[in-house]
Amino acid sequence: MDLLINGVTRQVDSEADTPLLWVLRDDLGLTGTKYGCGVAQCGACTVLVDGQATRSCVTPIDAVAGQSITTIEAIEADAVGRKVIAAWVANQVPQCGYCQSGQVMAATALLTQTPQPSEEDIAGAMTNLCRCGTYNAISAAVRQAAQG
Amino acid sequence: MDGILNAPIRPERHPQDRPTNLSRRSVLGASLGALVLGVALPRSAPRAQGAAAPSVRPGTRVPAFLEIRPDGSVLLRSPFVEGGQGVTTAFAQIVGEELDVDPTAFTVECAPPGADYLMVNGMRFTGGSFSVRSSYAAMRGLGATARRMLLQAAAARLDVPLDSLATEPGRVIHAASGRSLAYGALAADAAAMPAPEGVPLRAESAFRWIGKPVARLDVRAKSTGKALYAIDLTAEGMLQAAVQHAPRLGMEPGAVANEAEVRAMPGVHSIHRLPGAMAVVADRWWRARRAVETLQVDWTEAAPDARNAMPGDFSSAGLRATLTAAPGPGIAAESQGDSATALRNAVRVIEATYDAPHLAHGQLEPPSAIARWNADGTLDLWLPNQAPEMFQRAAATVAGIEPEKVRIHSPMLGGFFGRHFLYESANPFPQAILLAKAVGRPVKLIWSREEEFLRDALRPMGLARFRAGLDPQGLPIALHAEAVGEGPVGRWFGRQPDRADPSAVEGIAGKPYAIPHRHVAHVPQPNPVMIGFWRSVGHSMNDFFYETFFDEMADAGGQDPFALRLRLLAESPRHRTLLEAVGHLSGGWRRGPFEAADGTRRARGVAMASPFGSEVATIAEVSIRDGEVMVHDVWVAIDPGSIVNPAIIEAQVQSAVALGLSSALLEEVVYEGGTPQARNFDGYRILPPDRMPRVHVRIIESGAPMGGIGEPGLPGVPPAVVNAVATLTGQRIRSLPLSKTRFGSV
Repeated sequence: MDLLINGVTRQVDSEADTPLLWVLRDDLGLTGTKYGCGVAQCGACTVLVDGQATRSCVTPIDAVAGQSITTIEAIEADAVGRKVIAAWVANQVPQCGYCQSGQVMAATALLTQTPQPSEEDIAGAMTNLCRCGTYNAISAAVRQAAQG
Repeated sequence: MDGILNAPIRPERHPQDRPTNLSRRSVLGASLGALVLGVALPRSAPRAQGAAAPSVRPGTRVPAFLEIRPDGSVLLRSPFVEGGQGVTTAFAQIVGEELDVDPTAFTVECAPPGADYLMVNGMRFTGGSFSVRSSYAAMRGLGATARRMLLQAAAARLDVPLDSLATEPGRVIHAASGRSLAYGALAADAAAMPAPEGVPLRAESAFRWIGKPVARLDVRAKSTGKALYAIDLTAEGMLQAAVQHAPRLGMEPGAVANEAEVRAMPGVHSIHRLPGAMAVVADRWWRARRAVETLQVDWTEAAPDARNAMPGDFSSAGLRATLTAAPGPGIAAESQGDSATALRNAVRVIEATYDAPHLAHGQLEPPSAIARWNADGTLDLWLPNQAPEMFQRAAATVAGIEPEKVRIHSPMLGGFFGRHFLYESANPFPQAILLAKAVGRPVKLIWSREEEFLRDALRPMGLARFRAGLDPQGLPIALHAEAVGEGPVGRWFGRQPDRADPSAVEGIAGKPYAIPHRHVAHVPQPNPVMIGFWRSVGHSMNDFFYETFFDEMADAGGQDPFALRLRLLAESPRHRTLLEAVGHLSGGWRRGPFEAADGTRRARGVAMASPFGSEVATIAEVSIRDGEVMVHDVWVAIDPGSIVNPAIIEAQVQSAVALGLSSALLEEVVYEGGTPQARNFDGYRILPPDRMPRVHVRIIESGAPMGGIGEPGLPGVPPAVVNAVATLTGQRIRSLPLSKTRFGSV
């Protein structure tokens, strides 16, 4: 099966119902996308599929064949992604960092679709869990990226 | 956890886990190819099994810690592992300050096992909020010593007196001649210099990095997905493994109904019976997982002599009833005056019993381990861990080889909160070692989130009984407390039968209030659950018990809880200052209930805690929405004595507030039929973004001995919230989490 990942077509031989997460991590070595729960609860596995924040741990690869998949590895190739990263660094958001790939992807999707999000927009889009409790830094960074 | 340093340390109770000699070879082998300060490091002689303290003085030998590369970058081998608490940056600041190297030039990694790194009372673990406070002086001395060695090398190279030289970041300067030498060009010469003793330290007034909000070194890598955790690593030629654990500890795999079917599934390499688990090794982890979960296993009941066997009729409700019924008086942990007589003579006595549930760590990185057997009989292990030497010894026993043949690699942790101590049955590495041996190839084992919830070592359930006596003015004159249950220090470090487990009573004992007659006891009650250390350990529930009962005492005596605390701290200026500081931070103490600008009814609660050498005062503001507690603001004043990085402290307080609030509002591991009912975050709820309050932090440096940072912000949160809830609703909640209670409108 062919998958379009970060602008490059990649051929993978995993079963069609394999979650995208594990193809990214194990077949393609893209370990920036994290396994947290496997049941779409935590969001650590968030990637962009045609620009939509998508939890790759429950997304079978045959559901995304032909769509454009963006992972954290390519986030700085995206103008919005670069702003998000800059805001993440400026706000010193990560602690353990494990959830932050997913947070950055969710923020990039939000700001791409809604460049000037309201507090409700931010709350609605930024639902990924962070066990370190960096939530206040995350929302500050999202607001800063929206201004930047 | 505070008690570890005071407790008579019996090395962790794994039978295999005795103190042993640690070879230098495996410590330094990896770095010998680099241009290092360390090439002249003498190797300590092998020591006999069971030998006492190591012959090296931990934290003193520069070469064990520092490599200065030709480009001037510095590798620091830290005794402590980074898991979000910021310790790598703090150590770069401390060493860099004295070495005269900008912290941004540092790469910091967790040191392999070795006597040089036993910085916590002759042991090493990243926990107890000990890292910086245990090592601050030693790391300054280490940086200063290394700087002097570089100066000596420069003096020889330039043929000038040492006292004619100075440094600026990364360079030695000879002002008289205008010449300078980069550290990177001096490192090899410096390595040949004798390590000087007693090198003076930089004056605190001249600090450039210590005490400043230096940016964390790992933020960019963690924001861009480049940070590597154990779960991200690979070993050449490795296979991947997944397990299905027995539903209860002690049970063993019996017949498997569909082994042939599973063996034929895609990518499956082999199927293995392990102690208490079945494993599948495959070419990819998802295939291994799907295969192992397809196995239809007949689990056999635990043998009578099985270790840690979990009874099939165990329930958390049952344990709570057992704790409730467990009779006192228990073992005294703290006693002053004559509380029994004072209670008899009190004009009013109040009583209450509190409890808190088992909690899961819920760190977002699931546990994993990579095991690689090498042709020379050595074993490499990459695994999340908070205590490399302890894991090395335990792994050696599993592997059947000498500890010095086990190399432990300690990648950064995707959260830990106490999860990655050595807990019998709660760490994947023994399984990885056995599987790698069986298949003759490196194996990476990942526990699925569901297996993690099944085998995590939990914050123990606890219960506390209080009796307080009031005098005619409504002031508490006597307090009698019994903490019922088992603490993790006792479980893993041993408890003498006649001594209270400090981790069972911390936060009930050790309170600063001037109550003249008080008695705190531990009523030991074994817990069948695999228990462990969870951020702030006993304080995580005991300060909730005590500080909410404190408000009950205040209410019974007609006292304002803030004013009563101030009054009982009259002789303790440090605590009084802190309490006043949090009051000011919150705009002045205001208990409520009151109406907020948005029209909601709100109230505030206050609590104090003295965890891990620091002092903390906390105020929380709450309302009720749809029957649930909403926390809007949390104000925290923290006095850790002195500090290294205020930005990291604020981040850690934010984090501790989140976890403390999560435990107060939502978290509870429920056992029924001997098994935890929730196996993922859908059933075990943790604090989501929309429940995070604003957090306001004030740091106070009282100059007291340096205290901890990672944990102290947590214990005040549950009682501050629950006290506010009591003011707002009139309901005294004595059992967490608050989500068990549906609140009416207020």
